[in-house]
Amino acid sequence: MKDISLHILDIAQNSVTAGAKRIDLTLEEEGGRVVLTVADDGCGMSPELLAHACDPFTTTRTTRKMGLGIPLLRMSAEQTGGSFSIESTQNVGTRTQAVFHSGHIDCPPLGDLADTVALLVQGAPQLRCVYTRRREGRGFTMDTQQLREQLGEGISLAEPEIVLWLREYLQEQEQALREAGQSR
Amino acid sequence: MKSLAELQAIRDRMQKQIDLRDAGDDRIRVVVGMATCGIAAGARPVLAAFLEEVEKRGLKNISVSQTGCIGVCRLEPIVEVYVPGQEKVTYVKMTADKVPGIVSEHLVNGRVVTELTIGAAE
Repeated sequence: MKDISLHILDIAQNSVTAGAKRIDLTLEEEGGRVVLTVADDGCGMSPELLAHACDPFTTTRTTRKMGLGIPLLRMSAEQTGGSFSIESTQNVGTRTQAVFHSGHIDCPPLGDLADTVALLVQGAPQLRCVYTRRREGRGFTMDTQQLREQLGEGISLAEPEIVLWLREYLQEQEQALREAGQSR
Repeated sequence: MKSLAELQAIRDRMQKQIDLRDAGDDRIRVVVGMATCGIAAGARPVLAAFLEEVEKRGLKNISVSQTGCIGVCRLEPIVEVYVPGQEKVTYVKMTADKVPGIVSEHLVNGRVVTELTIGAAE
């Protein structure tokens, strides 16, 4: 994985597979740290599965006995001197957090967050996705519930026109956030 | 700066088209592998390129969707094309710049781009 946005796209898929109705993605840059939090209300994991979630030879997939999404994210965070944690309760949900030290030479770039979030929505249009982005005290939140309110129930969020609109919307928000940071 | 209110205009425009679209089951399906292997190999720009191309050409009979690991990770990014009544076509080692050619040749004109398929790669 070249950047953090690709990790987000990858591990958010676990929440979709867990049957989540809502996923909260939060990415904060604050004082030299990048904190990624992914929380869902999916089926959660048993204590036994949770204990092995970071083992690459663990997966819920049935085709092959390997899953690299979580181990790669953990490695990526820990390589920067950061940390990684998962909390999970069966039938309640799972919360994953990765902390990166942005000053470390091995810290991956953030990548294209707008592309990731828009394509995540495209892949799971029924899921309520709440994306919160913070950067040095500023930030914004995008909640697909709000998009749904504007669009009504008949139109899928997976429609190319909606996805591309959302990507552009998020790019503008991200741009504004970075510019606000520079002008201070 | 974009605002959420713009979505209402998009909604009004799209609602006019929806009746036409639901008429039949003859939609072409494009499925992009978006598991860990696909994403790491560069599937995200491929998926985005399909959406852009379908939107740019106004192709209403094509649905673009995502799936998990297709099972041949070394040939990722992989895209499967299902044309109703025809055998599935699997494109391998995809990049965003190969997408417009596949959309125009295969999805619009019905000619499989054989040199990009799994049959040519193996």
